[in-house]
Order: sequence, then structure tokens, then C-alpha cells
Amino acid sequence: MRAPDLAVIENGAAIVPEDIALEIYRRICRTRIFEEGLIKAVKDGFVTSPVYLSSGQESIAAALSVAVPGPVIFAQHRCHGVYLSYGGDPVKLRDELMGLPTGTSGGRAGSNCVQCHENGVAMHGHHGLIGENVPLAVGYALASKKSTLAIFGDGAAEEDYVLSSLGFAATHRLPVLFVCEDNNLSILTAVETRRSWKVSKVADAFGMEAEDLSDDPWTIYLKAKELVKKTPALMNIHTCRANWHVGVGTDGPAEWDRFSDVRNALKGAGLWDKAQAIEGAERLSMEKVWEQGQLRRLSGK
Amino acid sequence: MLLGESISAVGWVNNTVPDAPNIVELPMTDVAGAGIAVGAALAGRRPIFVVRFQDFLILNGSPLIFYAAKLKDLHEKSAPIFVRAIAAEGIGPVHSGVLHSLFMHFPGFRVASPMTPGEYEEVWRGYMDNDDPFICSEHRASYSNKDDLPDEIAAGADITIYAISSTRFEAKKAARLLKNEGVRCNVVNIVWLKPFTLTKRITEPLKESRIGLVVDPGHEIAGASESIAYSLMINTGFPVKALGLEDRTKCLCQPLQNRAPEAGRIAEAAKELLAGTGRVFT
Repeated sequence: MRAPDLAVIENGAAIVPEDIALEIYRRICRTRIFEEGLIKAVKDGFVTSPVYLSSGQESIAAALSVAVPGPVIFAQHRCHGVYLSYGGDPVKLRDELMGLPTGTSGGRAGSNCVQCHENGVAMHGHHGLIGENVPLAVGYALASKKSTLAIFGDGAAEEDYVLSSLGFAATHRLPVLFVCEDNNLSILTAVETRRSWKVSKVADAFGMEAEDLSDDPWTIYLKAKELVKKTPALMNIHTCRANWHVGVGTDGPAEWDRFSDVRNALKGAGLWDKAQAIEGAERLSMEKVWEQGQLRRLSGK
Repeated sequence: MLLGESISAVGWVNNTVPDAPNIVELPMTDVAGAGIAVGAALAGRRPIFVVRFQDFLILNGSPLIFYAAKLKDLHEKSAPIFVRAIAAEGIGPVHSGVLHSLFMHFPGFRVASPMTPGEYEEVWRGYMDNDDPFICSEHRASYSNKDDLPDEIAAGADITIYAISSTRFEAKKAARLLKNEGVRCNVVNIVWLKPFTLTKRITEPLKESRIGLVVDPGHEIAGASESIAYSLMINTGFPVKALGLEDRTKCLCQPLQNRAPEAGRIAEAAKELLAGTGRVFT
């Protein structure tokens, strides 16, 4: 059942090592604060192409990137959080969103197609077709035997070729960690309207380890570290998109606010002072990325 | 690395695949199968992906068209994959299609249709020398052919027939039929469909005959025959007609098979075209 505490390990922030807890928080802040700047840049007219925001869901990529470092990544359209958490350069992402030649794909691809092939990151660009990345990830793992991460949404999980790919990965015991960021919405149509089944049960039937859990980052960290040793495996992580499917608007408060929960957990674990310092540093760094005078120069506006 | 469905089944794809390592038997996962093959291409394996009937390219086309072929323009990356797309004739509505024109239409592919062993080697080199996804439009009609099929240039030719894929075998026969009726005919082979380069080998015979006919075993409307006829016409200023399949389904049994143009039909089309010019043959 969809709930903020589904399969959550209690006191996770206190269980994981302090440096890990704080590093996950740093990565959460990076995505959240980068996108705060992006939202303003969209409203100010500096970014005019469609944007798919990770805000609300950022704890997933932040925790995964710490738990599972260095995989070959095949993400989907909502990929800012994956890119930034795994170490992608925020300036290059900003430039991509502004359509500049200095962007991650020379400004040709945009928000939903972010790639990164530098600084030890191997993230393949998506093209916008829901779930297309999953068979690509499976084929990559088959051909290379490298640890591969396929991240997709609850809508993609319904694509026939995604289900076939799960089956193929199970048959060949491929080193793929499948992560479904289940925000319950295909644009605005809820999962229960679309299907009666759970992708975790399908994965289980194919013969791979699969878990349903909520987007508590400490739980994701602890479980991903274990599941990545048992690949192929699947995590269906219930989460809440803070903004529209595409664009910077909102439809009122989400079902739960993981960002606030994370802050409270850090307070409870006695890490609040350190967390605040981290958040402050990220804010300073992202303010430079979105500085107005620079945006005017870059956009010619 | 070679991937495909039922590769080791009866006959190993008409005896065209050896029992070798790195053959991946895909389950019946059209769509995902192509995606898996493209993923292997991303990993640098230059896989061969076997599509046993070109009609199945409709399902398998998505990862090829939307991912592999767009990769360079979007991300300056490449997914070199060699797609063995096999065409056939007379085995029904979804096993007899020739769909190479679809891949000429979308940007990012190289497309060729070799009919001789030498051409196949040339096409393979063309694939290996580039990093684009490659559609090799094969035809079962060529599997028993060991001969070269050189262009046939007739002195003072009345018409130039451009032939693609399996119609090349028929175009040669059509030229003989026409010769018996006093019509001199060039036969120019088209192996490379994309990029289609208007070399002198291609254009000079048309400039001599001043009238042309492009024959293809795929559908005529918006197909390879119309596209290439248009290019030739614009380049040379001479009329060039397209001849492909009629605009109806290829049913299983005759007379409804809607077969690729055979020698008789090609000869008739040539004569009709020439009749329109008012030229008289004896």
C-alpha cells in the first residue's frame, strides 16, 4: 500500500554512518536548490524549453548514488536528480536547459535527455520515449557485464518492452539494478486507475529480488547496498513529485514532503548543525550557477 | 555478437549464421529485443541484429529509429548496430514485406540492399568504416546467388531501368524481353539506398536514354522507388517513373499476393512509359 512509511527502517538517519547521512543530505540539497534556481529562471524567462523537475523525488537518486557508486546509468526523463547526485556538473546542466553549446549535449537535447560522460560518470542520454532506457540498460549489461542502473517511473513499468527486459535480465542474471521511481502518476492518472498489479510482484515472478518501499533515503541506502549484490533486482520506491509532470507549476501539496522529513530525521539524529552548514554551502554554490547577471549574458535577454 | 529470435532453429536463418560463440537467442521480445541490441551497441560491441522478416521492423523499429539513429545528432554518441533485415516473397501479409524505405525516411541510418557476395562484403566494410546504425536490406531471393550483377549498358539505350533488391534479378530478365521487342535498355543496380549518391555511374545512363524507371519490391507510394525516381528526375531533368508494389495488402495466395514487380510487369511499365513519349519501336 502506498504510504510514506512503507518498509521504512526506523531511525535510519541514526543507523547509517554520519558521513553517509550527511553526504546523502548534501546531494538532496544540491538537486532541490538547483531546481529552486531553475524554477525562478523559468519564471524569469531565461529557460524556455520544457523542464521535468526531480524536486520531491530527490532523495532517491541522492541515496542511490551514495549506496551504488559508479554504475553505468540509464535514467529517464526526470533525471536532473540522477545527474546531479552522481556528480554531473550543475553548470553544464544549466547550459543544456538554456540550449547553450556548453550544455551536457551541446544544448540540443534538454531537460529530459541529460547525459554525462566525464568525471567518472557514465550516464547515457534518454530521448524521451518512456521506458526506452530499460532495454538499453539490459543490453548494455549483457554486452559489458558492468554494473548497470536502470531508473524509470511507474508509467514506464507498464511498457511491454520494459516488462520483457526485466524477464530477459532475470533469465541471463544480468548485473542490473532496476529502480522504479513510483510517484503514482502518469501525468495525472493514478496507478490504481491504470493497472491492478505491482511491478515488484512481476519482478519477483520473473525470479529476481524485488522490494516495495517508500523514499526514505536512509532506507533506500541500506537496501540498495544489499540489493546491488543480488542483481538483477528491482526497487519500487514510492515517492511524490512536487511539481507538474512537465513545467514548474504545482497542483497543491504532495501526499508527503520527504525533504521536511529528512530534515527532521537529521535533527533527531543530532546532525542538524552539520546539515545546515552543508545546505548553506550548497545554496551558495547554486546561487552562483543561477546568478541573474550571468543568466542575462548567457541568454542575451 | 549476434542477437535474434530463433537463430538456431531450423536452418540457422536460411543457413546464413554459423554455430559460433556470442550468439544471443532473444526470446519473442520484438521491441525490447532491438533495445537490448542497441544497448549492446552502446557498449561498443557492434552487434548484428537479425530480423527474420522485415515486417517485424515495425515493432523492432522503435529503439532503432528513436534511440540508435538519433544518438549522434542529440548526444554526439553512436550506437553502431548492423541490422540484418530479411525480406521474402509470397509468404503472406506480415512476412513478405520490404520496408527499407522506412529507414531511408528517418535520419541517422545507412541503408543498403546487397544482392551479391561481393556487394555484401562492400556493405559490411561500409558499416565497419562508419559508426551509424546500419539497415542491411537482405532478400531471400539473393541467398542462392553467387554471381556478380553488373550494370548493363546498351549503346543508344531507349530507357534506363534502376533496380533495387530482388527486382534486380527481374530487371535483367525484363531487359531481355524488351530487347526482343526492339527496345534497348540500360539496367543500373542500386545497392546503396542511403546515402543515395548521384554518381556518374547512376546518372550518365539516364542522360543517354533520357527516360528512366526505378523498380523496388517495396510499396510504391512514398517508397524507395518514388524517392529515388524523384532524386534522379530533379538531378537530370528527365522523366523517371517509379514502379513498386500496388497500394494493397500482400495476401497469402495468388492472384492477391501483390508480388514485387516481375520481368513482364517491368517490361510493360517500360513500354508504357516509352509510348507516352511517342517513340516508336520496331
